[in-house]
Amino acid sequence: MAAEEGKVDPMKQFTIEPLMGSDWQLGDGLNIAFTNSALWMAITAVLVTLFVAGGMKRELVPGRWQMAVETMTGFIDDLLEANVGTAGRKYVPYIFTLFMFILFGNLLGLVPLGLIPHMHAFTFTSHFTATGVLAIMSFSIVLIVGFWKHGLHFFSLFWPANTPVFLAAPISLIELVSFMVRPFSLALRLFVAMMAGHVLLKVLASFVIAGGSAGAGLGLLVGVPSFILMVAISALEILVAGIQAYVFALLTSLYINDAENLH
Amino acid sequence: MPQIEQISEFLSSQVFWLLVFFGFTFVVVGLGMVPKILGTVELRDGQIAGDLAAAQAARDAATSDEEAWRQRENANRSAAQSLIGEAKAKAAAASAAKLAETQARLDARLAEAETAIAAARTSAMAEIEGVAADAARDIVARVAGTEVEPAAAEAAVKEVMAHG
Repeated sequence: MAAEEGKVDPMKQFTIEPLMGSDWQLGDGLNIAFTNSALWMAITAVLVTLFVAGGMKRELVPGRWQMAVETMTGFIDDLLEANVGTAGRKYVPYIFTLFMFILFGNLLGLVPLGLIPHMHAFTFTSHFTATGVLAIMSFSIVLIVGFWKHGLHFFSLFWPANTPVFLAAPISLIELVSFMVRPFSLALRLFVAMMAGHVLLKVLASFVIAGGSAGAGLGLLVGVPSFILMVAISALEILVAGIQAYVFALLTSLYINDAENLH
Repeated sequence: MPQIEQISEFLSSQVFWLLVFFGFTFVVVGLGMVPKILGTVELRDGQIAGDLAAAQAARDAATSDEEAWRQRENANRSAAQSLIGEAKAKAAAASAAKLAETQARLDARLAEAETAIAAARTSAMAEIEGVAADAARDIVARVAGTEVEPAAAEAAVKEVMAHG
């Protein structure tokens, strides 16, 4: 049993634990316990708010913090301007919130809080229940904007311009499938990327522990390279955290472009 | 995989709290702060563009002012040059006139003096002739003891003087 305890379960980090209100209910039987996942969502929300609030001095000559916040908003503004055009500017609040929320969620999951006993960081973006909600929100915006602006003409999205009539049926079927897959690909991409990195880090960490407990020779042979690899992969994970947030925001803006500027 | 194992237990909790906190962030940050930040950036861009345009306008104005100044300066300079030339010409003419006048006066005095000299010389010549004739009569009277007519003596003196 002692050997069992020494093992690192790479999946344990994704376990959701209720922190309080495990009997809170919403309507009939919908449990809304405040979990560690909810706690990290709350921390993310607070930090994003604090970060952006720090850039609200609205000075003509910006300080460093204001410059940083303006760089982020300008980044999303440019992203939407480039992908959707001037009509895309009204989506800046949503895309900016989405980007910052995912980015901070990803990065907070990488904070090495595990060094403090009885604490560990939780990456809520490694749960498809969370990424799924974000993906469904983005997808819903596309549907709502599409049907609001173009009505039933929005279905012409499934019939690309200049498609020969005899190809209409197969092409529109493919287009429909690729369109319906979008929310799943959005949600799964983020969830898988975040989970994979964290699992990899934990697996390498278990190598370090196992190698170390197996003796000095194996410890040097397995533990040290694994540890070096962990450091490198941690750096990579920070990059992935940014890239996945960017990809989510970029794809959402591309999908919005389909709805906004129907061919 | 806890994500799947715990889905029935925590799905509603996950969805609910994500909507709560994402919604909070969206309302407070996305709707509340981001437009103001974008407005600040736009304001600054506008200010910079305005300042640049003002600077360009000031520069253009300075250039045209300089051009006007240069033209004025050139006009002033040429006016001054012509004034100087005029004054020079006037002064030259005045001095030339004065010189000519002086020259004429001098010439006149010279001519006057020359005529006076000539007259003096003629009268002196005539006196010399008279004296020579008298002397000749005296000489003749002493040597030959004859009285010569003054007219004849004069004629003889004249003849001798004419021959040199």
